[in-house]
Amino acid sequence: MSQATQETVREDGLIQSVSGPVVTAVDLDARMNDVVYVGDEGLMGEVIEIEGDLTTIQVYEETSGVGPGEPVENTGEPLTVDLGPGLLDTIYDGVQRPLDVLEEKMNSAFLDRGVDAPGIEMDEQWEFLPEVSEGDEVAPGDVVGTVEETVTIDHKVLVPPNFEGGEVTAIESGSFTVQETVVELDNGEEITMHQEWPVRQARPSAEKKTPRIPLVSGQRILDGLFPIAKGGTAAIPGPFGSGKTVTQHQLAKYADADIIVYVGCGERGNEMTEVIEDFPELEDPTTGNPLMARTSLIANTSNMPVAARESCIYTGITIAEYYRDMGYDVALMADSTSRWAEAMREISSRLEEMPGEEGYPAYLAARLSQFYERAGYFENINGTEGSVSAIGAVSPPGGDFSEPVTQNTLRIVKTFWALDADLAERRHFPAINWSESYSLYKNQLDPWFVENVASDWPEERQWGVDVLDEESELQEIVQLVGKDALPEDQQLTLDVARYLREAYLQQNAFHPTDTYCPPEKTYLLLTAIHHYHDEAFKALEAGVPVEEITAIDAAPRINRVGVQENYEEYIADLKEDIAAELRELY
Amino acid sequence: MKEYQTITEISGPLVFAEVDEPVGYDEIVEIETPNGETKRGQILESSDGLVAIQVFEGTTGIDKNASVRFLGETLKMPVTEDLLGRVLDGSGQPIDGGPDIVPDDRHDIVGEAINPFSREYPEEFIQSGVSAIDGMNTLVRGQKLPIFSASGLPHNNLALQIARQATVPEDDESEDDSSEFAVIFGAMGITAEEANEFMEDFERTGALERSVVFMNLADDPAVERTVTPRMALTTAEYLAFEKDYHVLVILTDMTNYCEALREIGAAREEVPGRRGYPGYMYTDLAQLYERAGRIEGREGSVTQIPILTMPGDDDTHPIPDLTGYITEGQIYIDRNLNSQGIEPPINPLPSLSRLMDDGIGEGLTREDHGDVSDQMFAAYAEGEDLRDLVNIVGREALSERDNTYLDFADRFEEEFLDQGFDTNRTIEETLEIGWDLLSMFPKTELNRIDEELIEQHYREDVGDEPAEEVAAD
Ligand SMILES: Nc1ncnc2c1ncn2[C@@H]1O[C@H](COP(=O)(O)OP(=O)(O)OP(=O)(O)O)[C@@H](O)[C@H]1O
Ligand SMILES: [Mg+2]
Repeated sequence: MSQATQETVREDGLIQSVSGPVVTAVDLDARMNDVVYVGDEGLMGEVIEIEGDLTTIQVYEETSGVGPGEPVENTGEPLTVDLGPGLLDTIYDGVQRPLDVLEEKMNSAFLDRGVDAPGIEMDEQWEFLPEVSEGDEVAPGDVVGTVEETVTIDHKVLVPPNFEGGEVTAIESGSFTVQETVVELDNGEEITMHQEWPVRQARPSAEKKTPRIPLVSGQRILDGLFPIAKGGTAAIPGPFGSGKTVTQHQLAKYADADIIVYVGCGERGNEMTEVIEDFPELEDPTTGNPLMARTSLIANTSNMPVAARESCIYTGITIAEYYRDMGYDVALMADSTSRWAEAMREISSRLEEMPGEEGYPAYLAARLSQFYERAGYFENINGTEGSVSAIGAVSPPGGDFSEPVTQNTLRIVKTFWALDADLAERRHFPAINWSESYSLYKNQLDPWFVENVASDWPEERQWGVDVLDEESELQEIVQLVGKDALPEDQQLTLDVARYLREAYLQQNAFHPTDTYCPPEKTYLLLTAIHHYHDEAFKALEAGVPVEEITAIDAAPRINRVGVQENYEEYIADLKEDIAAELRELY
Repeated sequence: MKEYQTITEISGPLVFAEVDEPVGYDEIVEIETPNGETKRGQILESSDGLVAIQVFEGTTGIDKNASVRFLGETLKMPVTEDLLGRVLDGSGQPIDGGPDIVPDDRHDIVGEAINPFSREYPEEFIQSGVSAIDGMNTLVRGQKLPIFSASGLPHNNLALQIARQATVPEDDESEDDSSEFAVIFGAMGITAEEANEFMEDFERTGALERSVVFMNLADDPAVERTVTPRMALTTAEYLAFEKDYHVLVILTDMTNYCEALREIGAAREEVPGRRGYPGYMYTDLAQLYERAGRIEGREGSVTQIPILTMPGDDDTHPIPDLTGYITEGQIYIDRNLNSQGIEPPINPLPSLSRLMDDGIGEGLTREDHGDVSDQMFAAYAEGEDLRDLVNIVGREALSERDNTYLDFADRFEEEFLDQGFDTNRTIEETLEIGWDLLSMFPKTELNRIDEELIEQHYREDVGDEPAEEVAAD
């Protein structure tokens, strides 16, 4: 979180009451959303309501022991994030305090309070490479130079969007801290590698465009059936233990975005630890570099203060927009947006606001859509293109999707990955229900898959979907009469559908090879099952009994495709063997 | 210290009093009733001139003449290694007639959140000796794994079995691990009978020496229940992170804890959340459950096994639901299995250990562990499904394949699950039983298991004839 600039400090107020994270103060001269320091210990908070002389503040730290009469100091500035090199390969709390710095400053493994730290290291030196020369005209958003932030990412130093821009009068090259001026403009504006941006305000862009490129995830069911676009939005609702976090982690690991912003919002500490321990070791599938080099983490776990949980989503999306402005494709995962909504509800109820549905504040729908609206495929103000894809987990109480957070989210997002407790219980992972889920991007992404993977990608997919649909109809009959009562061709369809479910839809996130499935492999695996289908039906027509067809040795090898590294060869052999074995039967 | 006789309102567990000095939020209050009894409470809301106090021991006997003292500090737990072997009440006072506790330190019971950056990912296998847990829902050190049960089911027996049997199998490399094992038992609103059951088992097995027991019984004040788990966890953190113990915390019954939260919420006239429980119950529970874990550079660990009884056997009820959303899995006790006489009646299908994948496998348990577990899940789930069908169409209408799955499900329950509360199985034994059962299927059916592992472990001779009783002992 950015430090307040001293000159704007206004008059102090006094605490009037304290109730959990909500504090009221009198005599505080403040505007809505100003950041304030509360009490003798200077706990960070934000103004969320002003009524006459009474100001209500949500406090981002624990308030035990804080009492009436203690001072409240206003910074006069809204909640902002520090933007600049150093955002990547870092883990923050919900108000952008780096957790490693906090550990060091507090000298403890436990989070103490009243300690602040800037979002990026102010004294670290970075090698600035100018990209403009004296006399050049630069406008807001323009790139004036680059910094190698990590092995993967060149950080573009931008003219801040709230500057006027003008002619470059001086430019530096070499090693600087983020506070030092690297470019001066004729109107006196000085550009450093550091800028601040208020988190609740979207960064400006030139135009929002229709997304046409998939965010390739390496997850068969996603890429194959329900793809999300770069710049798209997706929701993953599901009951506890159904696989929201694993899916989000898979996306963070394997999605072909340039930058990943992962927001752990009100979830488990150990899940963040897992990311911190794994990502430096894991390879980014696109560059081969450590995953951490493209990742920024925000961790406001369930036991951390609830007000900071409310803000962590904004902190995350603002960082994402900043990299988008550099022309990067950013993917943001928020796990879980329900905890964010609950934080709003908790604060709202302490304010005694009129509750809406299920006690959530009436503005829940508006906040959710404002958040997802910040995603998109954009033309930036500097003319480059960049994207923010937003993928939110939703944790509906009792797993019931009719609740307000799920429903309001579904009204906005275009991709819906519905997790299913039944599938999870039988360890069908990812437990994404294929008949409930959808992607509204499917058609606009098809041209990309046709051009880059296979010319009959849409047709193959449709074949698979049809077989699965037929299966679910047949299953209803099977439930009544048993499988053996079905005609032979339908029994065979069930067998084919089983391979679709077990080999194609299922994917083991914990298997070193199966965990990532490139689109080519996704496609080939589907064609292998299709091939089995065609050959099997030919055999059936030739009079071979269905038990003999399904008993061939080659077919179960379809289930092993996922774990093959040399899948092309394996699938080619497999197809040949299936045909040979079946043709021998007639 | 100033005394006030300014109580303006008494409502359920809450007392409101006027003050003329600032009082800190969450701080401790002592209230002396006119007949000389002292009760403790905590500030729930503090505003200029007025405070709301939540009284732990209940408000009975308090009237407007009672005097109120503000102690100027938040609630603390006196901690020392000498607590081991002691029995305390729900707010930390000894009730075993033993000597006074001389604290080494006094720790705030609310506890600060562990910095996620300072955590160490839990991955050290704990052998509970229970096949349904070790084999298919493995517990690791630093995990929080609740037992989802319901009234009339033997969750206490299971908790005791785990507390008795839990070990970390000796591994030559980690011999320097000299940390000791301790059990913290936090009872909230359990009956005296249940409490005796626990105490007798602790005494019989000598476990009491390495335990600290906190007892809030059914007839103890309900509000005190909001303090008991915090006392217990504060003690656990002290022993784990300052004294290097591996601490197992058993909290029972979380349902009573949540009822107490609801009672306080109602007394404060808060807008209720789902089914009348406070909207902040997720956060509140998280502040307990997240106190499990490991910390980088510290020897000890805090492992939590909270027990809850699901009202109406309904796992969508807010108590199990919110718990499941916070903990790292859950173990289900199943009413049907229980009436079949299976001990422990754990249903592995809805059960889950999310930290299992990193705690098992080659070098940790055994190479085939993950695959065997996956395959057993799939096979038992399929067998369970077929049971519904067989009721309609009969066994004859099913294929040979389907019949094998049905047989598997039966034998799985008899041989794998039903081990008894007194049998302690090693992970090797558990996995071997797994192979005995899985070998009922043809090899091609074992599609979740690596082909090499099948070659290594598959029982060629078993086929689908029932194997001799391996497990019944
Ligand atoms: N693709 C997958 N491959 C293998 N296992 C999986 C997969 N997805 C989920 N699982 C299993 O399911 C468990 C639960 O998944 P996860 O933690 O993602 O659930 P969740 O929906 O995030 O639950 P919660 O809402 O409680 O956070 C994992 O620990 C893992 O064992
Ligand atoms: Mg999760």
